[in-house]
Amino acid sequence: MSTLGNSLSMLKDPAIIKFILQGVLFTMIISVAAVLFSIAIGTVLALMRNYCVSKKSRIFKAASAIYIEMFRNTPLLFWIFICVVFCPTPGFVDKQMFGLSSVNNKLLFKAAVALILYTSGVIAEIVRGGLNSVAPGQIEAGHSQGFSMLQIMWYIVLPQTFKSIVPTLLSQVITTIKDSSFLANVAVIELMARTKQVLSAANRYNGLNSINVSDVFVLFGLAAAIYFVINFSISMTVRNLQKGGVVNNG
Amino acid sequence: MSGLLSPRAWNKIWTYRGTFLLGFANTLKTALVALMIALVLGIVFGLMATSGKKVLKTISRIYVEVIQNTPILLQMCFLYYALAFSGHSPGIIVTGFLALGIYTGAYMAEVIRAGIESVPKGQFEAAQAQGFGYAERMFYIIIPQSIKVILPPMTNVIVNMIKNTSCLYIVGGADLLSLTYSFVTGENTGGSYAPAYIVCGVIFFLICFPLSTFASMWESSLKKRDSKVFQNGRPKEA
Repeated sequence: MSTLGNSLSMLKDPAIIKFILQGVLFTMIISVAAVLFSIAIGTVLALMRNYCVSKKSRIFKAASAIYIEMFRNTPLLFWIFICVVFCPTPGFVDKQMFGLSSVNNKLLFKAAVALILYTSGVIAEIVRGGLNSVAPGQIEAGHSQGFSMLQIMWYIVLPQTFKSIVPTLLSQVITTIKDSSFLANVAVIELMARTKQVLSAANRYNGLNSINVSDVFVLFGLAAAIYFVINFSISMTVRNLQKGGVVNNG
Repeated sequence: MSGLLSPRAWNKIWTYRGTFLLGFANTLKTALVALMIALVLGIVFGLMATSGKKVLKTISRIYVEVIQNTPILLQMCFLYYALAFSGHSPGIIVTGFLALGIYTGAYMAEVIRAGIESVPKGQFEAAQAQGFGYAERMFYIIIPQSIKVILPPMTNVIVNMIKNTSCLYIVGGADLLSLTYSFVTGENTGGSYAPAYIVCGVIFFLICFPLSTFASMWESSLKKRDSKVFQNGRPKEA
């Protein structure tokens, strides 16, 4: 570990720190955006799977079930590879922006689509768990008040559902932040990929002309610490919410 | 979706079926060995977390939090490069065993801890009052009651682990997905994207779907049974 000093000196290089912090920013933006889009898609899927039971609408239930099971039982990386090949990109991503080249922007778009498709399958099951926890009497009460099914969902069922699944959704944000590191397999955008790229060029920055095991420890240690701080603070929030929830109900 | 219906592309898959079988075997092997490591780690740390001793509890907590709050990909890269640059490269598959085993072990530990904690405290005290030692108490009283709570989430953890074998790709993997990828991008074999990905996806689905369906069915039947047992506000047996 005599090379530790040289490895640590990399962290004083403002260019490297800026490169990595940008990666952190991208990780956060990708994850939060993916979860928000997935909540929208997942809610629709969950409603379809739970309430499209009449003869006419049963096909929606089947379609939603197939979607959910398909994405839940195959790896995320699989969908990233598929989207990189098959996903069409709209024109507005095909240019330089956010400090990324147009090639990387296209990859970012495709990989983000894969992440949204995959996460929405998981979130659909979370929302379904919340829907099932709403007492059936609530829906009957809504009907007796002359609400339509859509109004019942929007004004009565969904607010209660989301209230009960907030902790689970926040845990899903943690999972998505971790899952966003899979983007490192196809493009250099987020934290994981950038850390790996700095490591592969460490010989130029540490002043030793070679990559040493201490570089691995310093760089991946930094990335791990960043992931840990972000995720651990979210999981502490989840725990506080759950504790608070117990008190409120009791 | 080029090549989806072309017989030539499907023929190519059939000619190179060995690639997919090898990937399947590697994925299965990685998953099985990692499962063994994860079970051992999970049991040890799960028991530590429920032991009531502060030091053991803290160690177990640190392990679980550090592993669960960092991505598996990062852990795998860290392990691989740290070993490679210090001159003891163990090979890709062994890295996979270790990284996946350690990562999944943290989830196993949480599942086992939750299972043991779901057993009412009175059971522990009753066992102790009857003069049971630690091992007997766990083996005869606690484990039989917690196993039905542990198994469904444990199955979900295993499904996730099988999907996570694809992480091996980042260190140059030999698993099913990595081999599929190198197949479709390879010089001699390349091009038949759609059929190759369909084969790969179907294999993953066929392994994972029965497991996850079984887990969710078991879980909902447990919930139903519990709500019946506790219908009158107190357990039936009591």
